[in-house]
Amino acid sequence: MANQYFMEMQQICKTFPGAKVLNNVELRLKAGEVRALMGENGAGKSTLIKILGGIYSKDQGCGCIKINGKEVEINSVHDAKAHGISIIHQEISLAENMTVADNLFMGEELLKKVRCFVDDKEMINKAQQVIDSMGMDIDVRTKVGDLSIAKQQMVEICRALMYDSKLIVMDEPTSSLTQTEIEQLFIQIEKLKKNGIAIIYISHRMDEIFRIADSITVLRDGELIGTDLAASLDRDKLIAMMVGRELMEVYKNDEKPEPGDECLVVKKFENKYLKDVSFSLRRGEILGFAGLVGAGRTELARAIFGIDKVDSGEIFIEGERAIIRRPQDAIARRIAYIPENRKLEGLFLTNNIRYNVSISVLDKFIKLIGVNKKTEQGILDEHQGSLSIRMTSGEQKVQQLSGGNQQKVLVAKWLATDPQILILDEPTRGIDVGAKAAIYQLIYTLARQGVAIMLISSEMEEIINMSTRIVVMHEGEKAGELENKGTSETMQEKIMLLASGGKINGEGN
Amino acid sequence: MEKGISSETRIKNSNIYANPVVRYFKDNLGILLALFVMCLILSIATDSFFDGKNMLTVLRQICINALLAFGMTFVLIIGGIDLTVGSVVGASGVAVVMLMEAGVGMIPAILIALALGAVIGLINGTIIALTGMPAFIVTLSMMGSIRGLAYIITDGRSKASSNQTFTSMGNGYLLGIPIPIYILAVVMIIVSIILYKTKFGRRMYAIGGNPTAAKYTGINIKGITIKVYVLSAVLSALAGIILASRMFSGQPTAGQGYESDAIAAAVLGGTSFSGGIGTIGGTLIGALVIGVLSNGLNLLHIPSYVQMVIKGIVIILAVGFDIIKNRNNRK
Repeated sequence: MANQYFMEMQQICKTFPGAKVLNNVELRLKAGEVRALMGENGAGKSTLIKILGGIYSKDQGCGCIKINGKEVEINSVHDAKAHGISIIHQEISLAENMTVADNLFMGEELLKKVRCFVDDKEMINKAQQVIDSMGMDIDVRTKVGDLSIAKQQMVEICRALMYDSKLIVMDEPTSSLTQTEIEQLFIQIEKLKKNGIAIIYISHRMDEIFRIADSITVLRDGELIGTDLAASLDRDKLIAMMVGRELMEVYKNDEKPEPGDECLVVKKFENKYLKDVSFSLRRGEILGFAGLVGAGRTELARAIFGIDKVDSGEIFIEGERAIIRRPQDAIARRIAYIPENRKLEGLFLTNNIRYNVSISVLDKFIKLIGVNKKTEQGILDEHQGSLSIRMTSGEQKVQQLSGGNQQKVLVAKWLATDPQILILDEPTRGIDVGAKAAIYQLIYTLARQGVAIMLISSEMEEIINMSTRIVVMHEGEKAGELENKGTSETMQEKIMLLASGGKINGEGN
Repeated sequence: MEKGISSETRIKNSNIYANPVVRYFKDNLGILLALFVMCLILSIATDSFFDGKNMLTVLRQICINALLAFGMTFVLIIGGIDLTVGSVVGASGVAVVMLMEAGVGMIPAILIALALGAVIGLINGTIIALTGMPAFIVTLSMMGSIRGLAYIITDGRSKASSNQTFTSMGNGYLLGIPIPIYILAVVMIIVSIILYKTKFGRRMYAIGGNPTAAKYTGINIKGITIKVYVLSAVLSALAGIILASRMFSGQPTAGQGYESDAIAAAVLGGTSFSGGIGTIGGTLIGALVIGVLSNGLNLLHIPSYVQMVIKGIVIILAVGFDIIKNRNNRK
């Protein structure tokens, strides 16, 4: 009898020095099936995928991988490709300085009859065919670096197709995509599915999972918790499976913070990315910033914090005009900015937790050459406690922590500066439910203490549940400002409309 | 009876790995082992290696390189490189001797030569920090220019020093130990304090580890970069003065190629070429390894040309080791 599964992983174990990260995990997939792989950070999803992709090898003498019912050995990325397995990593792995066509044929360049010359013409033609067949509007002669992140991701998918992949793994593919781009991606996934290509889809976003997945596999602490049809699961069940306890309401907030006096006023900010942006923020207020990627929200934060230059416009803090030319000036005004890319812009990965948490407040415990270790430890203890950072000791290197814990360290680093105005840029991107809840609770606590908060987020759910007011941006301009009232659905509609350049009658401005 | 844990004990407990001695051995295990094996082989292969006198010779020989390597460690930690160190050795040595021969007192002459170093560092650092030109290109160009200046002011000839107090600095002994070793010890204490006990030192790691994050943290990258290059050049000038004293003369050719030994010592000692990682203690061992290697090769009567080949291979191995170590850390 023919085996109906395209790919089977059976009893997979993986041990790293000192830790068993996968224990007897199974994953079976049919052709044309979209499988969501879920679990908190550190549950073993990435490890499992890396074993499938030949980046890690599974423990010897333990379990096996079968393709079309036949046992295979996957010891390298090359092996995985030969068996039709492609992985699209969270971080895009294209050469930005090369064209789309060059990227698609990288390592498999087409040659002319004289075998030592590459055939550019033929490569461009073939590449364009693949791109067109996916219904994408990309000229393959463009440099990848000039494309939007979404288009780059599409190019990655095309590259997987070039290798004649039968199974494509997508690791958090939508984490940097806008809603419209996500829709495009889903259309592509449907197409792939029709062509009999199996897909493993890793994401933390529930709404996406339920839209796109046929079935869902949940891992927790390296163990397989279960696989079920998406239709027979719901949010609460899924979260319970992932966290191993009943759904604690992530946005639970007993005591709504009471906004106080105005403490930040931005007037007519203009620069390369911003057009006439004005808004005000009160103490204890959580002001949400919604919009598409590239709408200028991060750019606004960078301008306020003194990273980018402002051509014209004024900023008032506590009613007083402030001149902010560099981050130092902003920090002196007790503004903190937690950037969206924690690895590139926020953390010192090769240094330990103690170092990362204390680097922005060295003045507090170093006087010339006297280091007050007690104060230093106090700073670490305080924030480790309030954020429940999971660590073995303060000496642990930040790069060894999970994404959620890294994010907590980054937040701790800025809380140590005791800010009055806190700008959070995508604070929960790519982190698990538990860490998310911890960060939300912290935001509420800070707001109650009177900290003014700017929350930039592309997650609709987060913006609507957290914010007191919402500013929507579109192409560098403020498209509108909404009081957060009414049902989640109507809010979502209004935000979508403003974010895509539409107008709301009577509201917005 | 104490209930609850006092803050003191918690610091002690959480700092198990921070115990400097334990950490020193843990962090530098590989290179310490290499040093030990080299010493073992040499003490078996030669009669004279473990001789007290030879040991002091080795120590004196590494002084110059260790001074340069400390500066190089700082520069590498912020993610830069300083190729001018060898040329500064030559220029400052020539300067100090010529000043003294022109009638300037010894102390003022030394201070002026150190200031000359500071100016060179200021130029390096300012160009790198303000224009964003790669440190490699800036210091490579400056390396040639400074060496050229040393040739111009001496007319290409070596300048003998007649000041005996000065020459005894490099050649004399105090309590049976060569004077340069005292200088090295004092410098080592100072640079360690700068690196570990000041805000300036901690921020250096941030700049090399992640420049973007350092900027967002409000760290003054330009200011620190300039200071680090000044520090490196002043240390090089000090090394140049000691070398001139030891050679009884200021020579425009002095210090040629010293930059590679300094880089090798730093990298052997665990300093990362990509920035953000490095220790003074590690660099000292790096300098010791290179010193013992040179000394051992001499004792074994290996021709100097062959020594050059061997040293080159050692540097490649050192950098290779660094990269493999980082790769394993990342996994």
